[in-house]
Amino acid sequence: MMSQTIKIVVVVLALVAFVIIVPTSGSFVVLLATRAMAFAILAMSVDILLGFTGLSSLGQAAYFGVGAYLTAVLATKFHFGLGWDFWLVVVLGMLIGAALAAVFGLFAIRAGGVYFLMITLALGQCVWGLAYRWNSVTGGDNGINLSGRPSFGLDLSNEVTFFYLVFGFFAASMALMYVLIRSPFGRSLVGIRERELRMQILGYNTWLHKYIAFIIAGAFGGLSGVLWAQTNGHVSPETLVLTTSVDALLMVVLGGAGTLIGAVIGAAIVFGMREYLSTLVPWWQYALGAVYVLTILYLPSGLMGVPARIRQARANTAAQNVVEANKELATKT
Amino acid sequence: MSAQFWIIQTFNGISYGALLFLVGSGLSLIFGVMRIVNLSHGAYFLWGGYIALSIIQATGSWALSLPLAALAVAAIGIAMERLFLRSDGFENIRSAVISLGLGVLIALATTAVWARILPSGWSAFVLVTAVASVAVFLLLRRISIVPIETDVLRQVLLTVGFAYLFQQAALDIWGGNNMDINPPAALTQSVAVGGVYLPLYRVFMIGIALVIGVGLWLAMEKTRMGAAVRATVDDAQMARGVGINTNQVSMFIFALGAFLAALGGVIGGAFLGVYPGLDFEMLPLAFAVVIIGGMGSLGGAAIGALAVGLADNFGKALFPEVSYFTLYAPMVLILAIKPTGLFGRE
Repeated sequence: MMSQTIKIVVVVLALVAFVIIVPTSGSFVVLLATRAMAFAILAMSVDILLGFTGLSSLGQAAYFGVGAYLTAVLATKFHFGLGWDFWLVVVLGMLIGAALAAVFGLFAIRAGGVYFLMITLALGQCVWGLAYRWNSVTGGDNGINLSGRPSFGLDLSNEVTFFYLVFGFFAASMALMYVLIRSPFGRSLVGIRERELRMQILGYNTWLHKYIAFIIAGAFGGLSGVLWAQTNGHVSPETLVLTTSVDALLMVVLGGAGTLIGAVIGAAIVFGMREYLSTLVPWWQYALGAVYVLTILYLPSGLMGVPARIRQARANTAAQNVVEANKELATKT
Repeated sequence: MSAQFWIIQTFNGISYGALLFLVGSGLSLIFGVMRIVNLSHGAYFLWGGYIALSIIQATGSWALSLPLAALAVAAIGIAMERLFLRSDGFENIRSAVISLGLGVLIALATTAVWARILPSGWSAFVLVTAVASVAVFLLLRRISIVPIETDVLRQVLLTVGFAYLFQQAALDIWGGNNMDINPPAALTQSVAVGGVYLPLYRVFMIGIALVIGVGLWLAMEKTRMGAAVRATVDDAQMARGVGINTNQVSMFIFALGAFLAALGGVIGGAFLGVYPGLDFEMLPLAFAVVIIGGMGSLGGAAIGALAVGLADNFGKALFPEVSYFTLYAPMVLILAIKPTGLFGRE
């Protein structure tokens, strides 16, 4: 096992390599990477819930959606957030995500297991329904086109500049979430995931812990939505359909729930298939379906768990060999 | 708003509810018996419509397409349930199916990447598929699969994966155009009831749902199989203990659920159309039906379907801007107050 420090060093080196290589790789790659990072923040927020708290939410696209729609509505209707006030929009996006999660959490948190899945599905559909039908605000089915990216000294319409900005948010989110999960609060979340009853007996208010985790995840969901809207230049109900929430869950399960890096890797793979593979081949969705099926059937702890699984298998065969050798010895003597 | 408006909207809501009952009742029974949240259910609905279109094209008979399409999708459902939704049994067939699928994907990828080097044509493609499939099969035999029977999240993701596969396959087989199923001319007329013209087809939908609902209810209450199903819904472990073959019950219910969803797809195809994306449009509605009524309850599914059908219709007619909100918000409230739905049992 690698020590925690070495792991952090590896991740930081990988991020540095990423931020150096991508801007030299052509505008298409830069745009793709920017969009993927916005999505990776959403995936990490799902991981906070699923991987560390044990809550599988089928409605995380809702927070992503309100963040994105907030950005688009402010920019097109109020010409707000096109200069320095972009930073205000970021804060507002996180706040609205958190506020929505605070309301939704009141309904959702007390439900457990399959009912939590169902209630978050219903809540996500509520937000989708508003985006789809509330024409006067959301533009309905057509969505909203943003006229351009903000500029404040930095011109964000430059793809590379914008890439650096989103990377900054991405790295900061990752660091923040890492600090969160290593904190005593994060530790108690893991305790709740492992055995909620024991935590209750120990005197923890598990409802409150889950509720706060839900709100934090909502805030990061809102942030990813703000960045997504600016990256994409367009928001539509398509952004917050059920499949976005499901994709976000798969990203976490594929990478390995309970590891933030796993969520990022999963996001890169799933997003890469949806946005890149789909431009290359017409049969990309078979590949996506296959990734779903194979992840579920063969990767109990995701890609991050593969090395441990191989070690385990080797240890098992080694143990078996010893047992057989002993048997042979026993029959000989 | 005149009385006529209310009568017509109510009638439309009820007939839409009749369609939703077909989709929702199967989903509800599947959850009740197997505790499986099946997100492929929308795909069954869509495939029912598409297969019916093919049958109508081949035979010209709409009446024939109803049972045949539903039976075909039921067969697909059985295969999916036996091979993928339970971890014991059929290991080799499951591995073979996965290997073949992956083999085809690998062949597609290699022909896309090395299009210039590889000789074109079917022989090279088949060869690559065969070699890749055998290699994958040998590898898969050494890995055991993760049991998903008790893991709701994994069930959700697995069935979504299949829904994506079904969606793409439908696109490749039937194309991306919006198609309509044309019922026989006799059903396309209207009947006048007290001065209001009601489309006969919607009357037919309500009739079908009533017949199927009553038939299901009788089967559940009066037959031995029905008793076994009810026992499994209540307590699967105890049912196994008293000698009920819950394994068989699961398969039967899954097939029935797929059958009903596909039947809904054929019947709904006449006024919703059949088009890519319909699967994921129907899915949340079907879940709304199940959740409002309570998972595993047939009567609940009927009430839930009526409620969703009416809410959807009146929502769209009265407050179009928030119409989906008025549909899903009550669902949230019911879940928050009584998580098991109106008629569900813990």
